[in-house]
Amino acid sequence: MTKNPKPNYISTTNACKLCTPLGAALAFKGIEGAVPYLHGSQGCATYMRRYIISHFNEPIDIASSSLSEKHAVYGGGPNLKLGLLNVTKKYRPKLIGIATTCLTETIGDDVRLFLQEYEREVKGDKPLMVRVATPSYSGTHMEGFHGAVAAVVDSLAAALETKTSTVNILPGFVSPADIRYLKEVVSDFGLSATILPDISETMDGPAAKKYEKIQAGGTSINEIGNMGANLATLEFGHTMPVESGGAILQQRFQVENRRLPLPMGITASDRLFAILTRISGREIPDKHGKERGRLVDSYVDGHKYLSGKRAIVYGEEDLVVGLTAFLAEIGIIPVLCASGGKSGRLAAEIAAATADLIPEQPQVFEGMDFFDISEMAADLTPDLLVGHSKGYSLARKLDIPLIRVGFPIHDRMGGQRIQHLGYRGAQHLFDQVVNAMIARKQADSPVGYAYM
Amino acid sequence: MEAALKERQDQIHRTGDKPFALVCNKDSLAGAVSQRACVFCGSRVVLYPIADALHLVHGPIGCAVYTWDIRGALSSGPELHRLSFSTDLQELDVIFGGEQKLSRALLELIERHSPKAAFVYSTCIVGIIGDDLEAVCKKVAAETGIPVIPVKSEGFKGNKRAGYTAACNAMARLIGTGDTTGISPHSINILGDFNLAGDIWMIRDYFARMGVEVVANITGDGRVADIKRAHGAALNVVQCSGSTMDLARLMEDDYGIPALRVSYFGVEDMAQALYDVANHFNDPDILQRTRELVREELEHLLPKLEFYKQALTGKKAAIYVGGSFKAFSLVKAFRLLGMDVVMVGSQTGTEEEYRELATITDPGTIIVDDTNPLELTGFLEETRVDIFVGGVKERPIAYKLGVGFCDHNHERKEALAGFAGMLGFAQEVYASVMSPVWRFTEHYQSGDRA
Ligand code: SF4
Ligand code: SF4
Repeated sequence: MTKNPKPNYISTTNACKLCTPLGAALAFKGIEGAVPYLHGSQGCATYMRRYIISHFNEPIDIASSSLSEKHAVYGGGPNLKLGLLNVTKKYRPKLIGIATTCLTETIGDDVRLFLQEYEREVKGDKPLMVRVATPSYSGTHMEGFHGAVAAVVDSLAAALETKTSTVNILPGFVSPADIRYLKEVVSDFGLSATILPDISETMDGPAAKKYEKIQAGGTSINEIGNMGANLATLEFGHTMPVESGGAILQQRFQVENRRLPLPMGITASDRLFAILTRISGREIPDKHGKERGRLVDSYVDGHKYLSGKRAIVYGEEDLVVGLTAFLAEIGIIPVLCASGGKSGRLAAEIAAATADLIPEQPQVFEGMDFFDISEMAADLTPDLLVGHSKGYSLARKLDIPLIRVGFPIHDRMGGQRIQHLGYRGAQHLFDQVVNAMIARKQADSPVGYAYM
Repeated sequence: MEAALKERQDQIHRTGDKPFALVCNKDSLAGAVSQRACVFCGSRVVLYPIADALHLVHGPIGCAVYTWDIRGALSSGPELHRLSFSTDLQELDVIFGGEQKLSRALLELIERHSPKAAFVYSTCIVGIIGDDLEAVCKKVAAETGIPVIPVKSEGFKGNKRAGYTAACNAMARLIGTGDTTGISPHSINILGDFNLAGDIWMIRDYFARMGVEVVANITGDGRVADIKRAHGAALNVVQCSGSTMDLARLMEDDYGIPALRVSYFGVEDMAQALYDVANHFNDPDILQRTRELVREELEHLLPKLEFYKQALTGKKAAIYVGGSFKAFSLVKAFRLLGMDVVMVGSQTGTEEEYRELATITDPGTIIVDDTNPLELTGFLEETRVDIFVGGVKERPIAYKLGVGFCDHNHERKEALAGFAGMLGFAQEVYASVMSPVWRFTEHYQSGDRA
């Protein structure tokens, strides 16, 4: 296969990334009693809310300092403080997670200073304040997400009481269903976990009797306060900035940081289970051993439908690495791996995860948008696309199935319930992929077999 | 109910409480989680449906990506409006200015897509770094030979309304540049319909049946060439007071084209709109055809509505929409279905409109400007409605509380305008209110519970 150069356009068309504060807001949403707050003008917060709601079908309140013209000239400090006051009054939050925006970064607002002043000026009980700098002109929503996690750890983590059976998990941006699964796995090993952030309930809550101003659930502040005393940290992903939450815990509290790829597919999930085995001193619980067994069994049952099929994978970098590794291990050939992110590590991580599985590495490009992906796609003759909803128009154009994973899922129900991680997530993805290929074969057949 | 923030009390009114007083068109309160967007959003909403123009968002990626193909504005031809173009400003651009990048991006995209015109939206950050959009646009227009028009939509310079104005000013630059020969004296422009789910096609069909020529759709299923010759029309028919009224005023001043305010939602308002246009032209044939049209449509529609009316009579509704003009029609449409409206509000209504709402609604009805999730929740808990009409941001709030929902915003995919749209509306309301799923939720609806 010839390697095309990466398309190199000035303009961006149909971006394959979101802006930094969106990631930060979502991460803050996974902390108990927290309200995300954007220091900027009103539009950003409203747009992000709409975007997030369309995926989770859950309310998400993101406050804003609603800056107007005069604030942009004289500085946003007064409005930031007024906004914090109002949020405190109305929501009674335990924590306000403050992310900056392009506007306030550009006018040079010093949020740290404003918060110090606020601390002095405002009497009485105040919620905790955590701030993160999230200008969208550097980075994507994933930098915002990891930045917020690191900021929370940086300002709240301590080592209060030594826990001998708790691990920290920094899973990155995974689905509520994935987080519920991680909790189950850890508890089946006889351990408990502090998962940061934990959006399993805050972004996937049950029908309510009374409207919760702040949805129940999320990582508790106490738990975060003790992350420095836990057994180890499992941090998923390799493309986040160096100053990650896990790195901070290791430097400051000597909590061993085990970075591993998102546990997607058998190989990567085995690593997670091996680490948990070592930490807990227990064998893989029977339930999960059996799930793995059934997964292998299904891989075997379905492999011929997948052999040689060609896939384009796109989305957040770590997710792309995880998906590519999974696809490679079921016999699909990843032909293009694309992300709007620019960590500089995507190709190396994909190579590391797939080197012994595929004869030739796929084309891997960072900083891609959907125009670039579409341009390359035609020549690559893919059989399927794997990624979020925004690839739909391409899938439609190419007339190939789209396997929906990640965020956003704006054209189906249940984005928050998609399982990606572990043996169970792999099973879910495998069934989807193999059935999409079978369905295509069935639909293309002139015979119309009801027996495939 | 949960009390609103003190600073917000004067933006809430209850019909019958005297005297009428409601403050509006003020900046959103910091920290109040307004449902509003920004100036840019206002401009984008209005110009978005112009399908053969390039819409380039000059700024960091978010502003563009959140508005990518999210609106249900359909086109019968080109679909350039459905793509999301951005200069995706990076740190260096912010430091050294984005003019270079903007100009190169424009040239690249114009060459690639051959649009009939280009709109360049400025976002907050552009207002700060001080790029001279006017100069860049002028240069690129000269080079490419198409109109390249800056839209002054920096998000922080006002609210959504200011964005409407910016969009109108941008379109005003196109109007007057096209050839108007051959336009009928019985001709109109349709302003303020965005062809969500094909609404404008229905409306155009009505006007065609009446014998009235439509010159330009502004902007649903819009085309640059039509807008350029819009000044040749005899009348501007304006829907949705907020968004395109400014343009109508400009055209009245510059070209002496009178404007008529109408609404296409609900039976009464739809029929009234057609009669108003017919009366304006004062042509017996047109009037005759209009009468026939309305009679035909009603004969077809009313028996079908009966079923929904029977099921829905006595149910309660709450409304929160972008502009308050639409709210009038919705109040009437609910009446036609036998339903009571107990709360109505909008993001950007004017005082005059709210005053009018206070006169047409029943005593006790809550009227609210620029509300937020917590207030809305309070209203829903207090009023126990069966359905809430709003946009995507309000949907999960209603659903969480076990309240039905009807999307009446720019994202919707169901046609709701015209006579057929009234039936669609009834079906939408019925589908949600009468669903069996509510028996499993802890609902707040009107009937059984407390
Ligand atoms: S200004 Fe920045 S933070 Fe706001 S929406 Fe645009 S990209 Fe996102
Ligand atoms: S940056 Fe400004 S223009 Fe862009 S979404 Fe935010 S408020 Fe609107």
